[in-house]
Amino acid sequence: MSEQKGYQLTHLQQLEAESIFIMREVAAQFGKPALLFSGGKDSIVMVRLAQKAFWPAKLPFPLVHVDTGHNFDETIQFRDDLANDVGAELVVASVQEEIDAGRAKEETGPNPSRNRLQIPALLNAIEKNQYDACLGGARRDEEKARAKERFFSHRNSFGEWDPKNQRPELWNLFNGKMDFGEHFRIFPLSNWTEMDVWQYIKLENIPLPSIYFSHEREFVRRSGVLLGKCEHITLLEGEAWESGNVRCRTVGDMTCTGMVESVANNVDDIIEEVAAARQTERGGRVDDKRSETAMEDRKKEGYF
Amino acid sequence: MSTDTKGYLDMDLLRFTTAGSVDDGKSTLIGRLLYDCKSIFEDQWEAVEQSSKQRGDENVNLALLTDGLRSEREQGITIDVAYRYFATPKRKFIIADTPGHIQYTRNMVTGASTANLAIILIDARNGVIEQTCRHSFIASLLQIQHIVVCVNKMDLVDWSEDRYNEIVEQYKEFASRLDVPHIDFIPISALLGDNVVDRSKNMDWFKGSPLLYMLETVYIGNEHNHVDARFPVQWVIRPHSDEYHDFRGYAGRVAGGVFKPGDEITVLPSGFQSRIRGVHDIGGDLEEAYAPMSVSLTLEDEIDISRGDMIVKQNNPPESSQQIEAMIVWFSSDASLVERGRYTIRHTTNEAKCLLKEMKYKVDINTLHKIEDDREVRLNDIARVSLQTSAPIHFDRYRRNRATGSFVLVDEQSNNTVAAGMIVG
Repeated sequence: MSEQKGYQLTHLQQLEAESIFIMREVAAQFGKPALLFSGGKDSIVMVRLAQKAFWPAKLPFPLVHVDTGHNFDETIQFRDDLANDVGAELVVASVQEEIDAGRAKEETGPNPSRNRLQIPALLNAIEKNQYDACLGGARRDEEKARAKERFFSHRNSFGEWDPKNQRPELWNLFNGKMDFGEHFRIFPLSNWTEMDVWQYIKLENIPLPSIYFSHEREFVRRSGVLLGKCEHITLLEGEAWESGNVRCRTVGDMTCTGMVESVANNVDDIIEEVAAARQTERGGRVDDKRSETAMEDRKKEGYF
Repeated sequence: MSTDTKGYLDMDLLRFTTAGSVDDGKSTLIGRLLYDCKSIFEDQWEAVEQSSKQRGDENVNLALLTDGLRSEREQGITIDVAYRYFATPKRKFIIADTPGHIQYTRNMVTGASTANLAIILIDARNGVIEQTCRHSFIASLLQIQHIVVCVNKMDLVDWSEDRYNEIVEQYKEFASRLDVPHIDFIPISALLGDNVVDRSKNMDWFKGSPLLYMLETVYIGNEHNHVDARFPVQWVIRPHSDEYHDFRGYAGRVAGGVFKPGDEITVLPSGFQSRIRGVHDIGGDLEEAYAPMSVSLTLEDEIDISRGDMIVKQNNPPESSQQIEAMIVWFSSDASLVERGRYTIRHTTNEAKCLLKEMKYKVDINTLHKIEDDREVRLNDIARVSLQTSAPIHFDRYRRNRATGSFVLVDEQSNNTVAAGMIVG
């Protein structure tokens, strides 16, 4: 990383050191951890940090992807290549299988989201594989419910989060003790901001899926959000497909990931854009707009 | 915010905590800092505006920016530590925003445990009150090196210099009993923005700098101990690959001092001695490692080392003992502290069983007086205790090193973290 000033680390070096520390704690404190990999930039940065934490050994945990079946093709290809490159085991939990087995029910409507359906798929994958700790790339600056979440976040045997009964976390002492059947969600990027993530991507020269960069695509404007054209979205009355240069600020389902009109086609331009942005990156997420505490409600049920 | 990457990479990090009671204007101050530093986005602002309107609040309620949980929004209170982030071209800031009520002492302690600086708010109309003392005492107990006392709502006392000086004197008298090396004072109006980001036009008698300038320039180079070399081993890296067949790296985060190749070290508790062969990260070999870097060390000799062991320099060992004297803050609402009770102690990467041998006294958090007649230690109480551990703990006094002088106690039945401790000897 960049040059040092005496015995002082820059803020990015401090964040990196903290995240690596957390990852090593997870490897040491838990029997069967896993890294939840979405294909988004945050989980890609997580993989990079995990490589650093355990170098020259391989990652001591698999990458687990909850596949909604509504993913961008680019994300899936990228995921497979990355797992292959770092030599990590890839485990895919399929939402389609949950629907087929009758454990999850598809939403209906003009943009049926499979966002919430990820919850049963994830919880079943955790139970089936007996993961006792799941590393996630969520950050506290993303959303107000996440601003209060711990690095080590306890889940009961139903996968539920109890925000009012969180364990205190002091200094760098993390308590991962639990009863059988419970698990932890662990967030090494808690203290990073969107800007930190982008600067780190630039500094470390980390490759990203192409949908983060400007490309031409057909989309529809719905409630102030641009949604990319795909088979899962039907037009409402008065709506029409448009075409233009867009890119994703976050990566989720095609039905809920809003795009922004942008010509930024490299990391430097994106950094410029992020610095000038007047909307949070989740501002384009339809899943968060469903209610004031949509994120907290999903998290309580076992969401990421 | 700095967009030029060079500048961004040169920024350092200041973590601070804010304390004040509900009506001191803490949320307004944080809202003001975030808003004036352009760290509030339009969609966040619109969401808060709309919720405020729905609730019938007269002005935009800035507290809604930080109070994210459903029950907090319903009850209009902050119940947990919220972390907020903002940056100026000079520095990156992490705010641990903690509620001020006495029942939330544990949250304040949590927020303060990682802070470099504490902002303490005083309502200019009320002056120094019990809560001010409590918040200051917690900052002192947690060894925060710098307190900034913001005398807020100066607009409501006609920007009076006399009133401000009176409060500064009140505070100084109380603070002479604290252990905080740097205390600064600023008269502000968080609501109107006076002396927060920009210099106040209403108080030209105040010659000091506005709050943000102070936060940007305060010295934080002495936050970590760079004298006593301490490396708690977190994890042992054994690649078992052809290329790194014999690699045996001890992974961890430097908790103090500086480690260089060639240094003569001792491993605790075994006492085995060796020399550092290399300091590594993924980029290759480093010249040195210091706190709080995460690295791995390799040694010249093959010795048995595992998680919980500590690598130190031969001429400067920490104290190693099974008897610990400490100040603790009790965190559990379900169970009080039990004398002769058994807990698990987590200290650095080490863990042991411990027996709470004796509770010596409690501290009245408002007056700093010892309480010797009330023996029950409940939620939010602060007490001086003696512990006996099942294996030696390698520690420094908390005053000397926060990383090797702190611990938590875990209840073996509930698995909950029931106390935080600071070692005094």
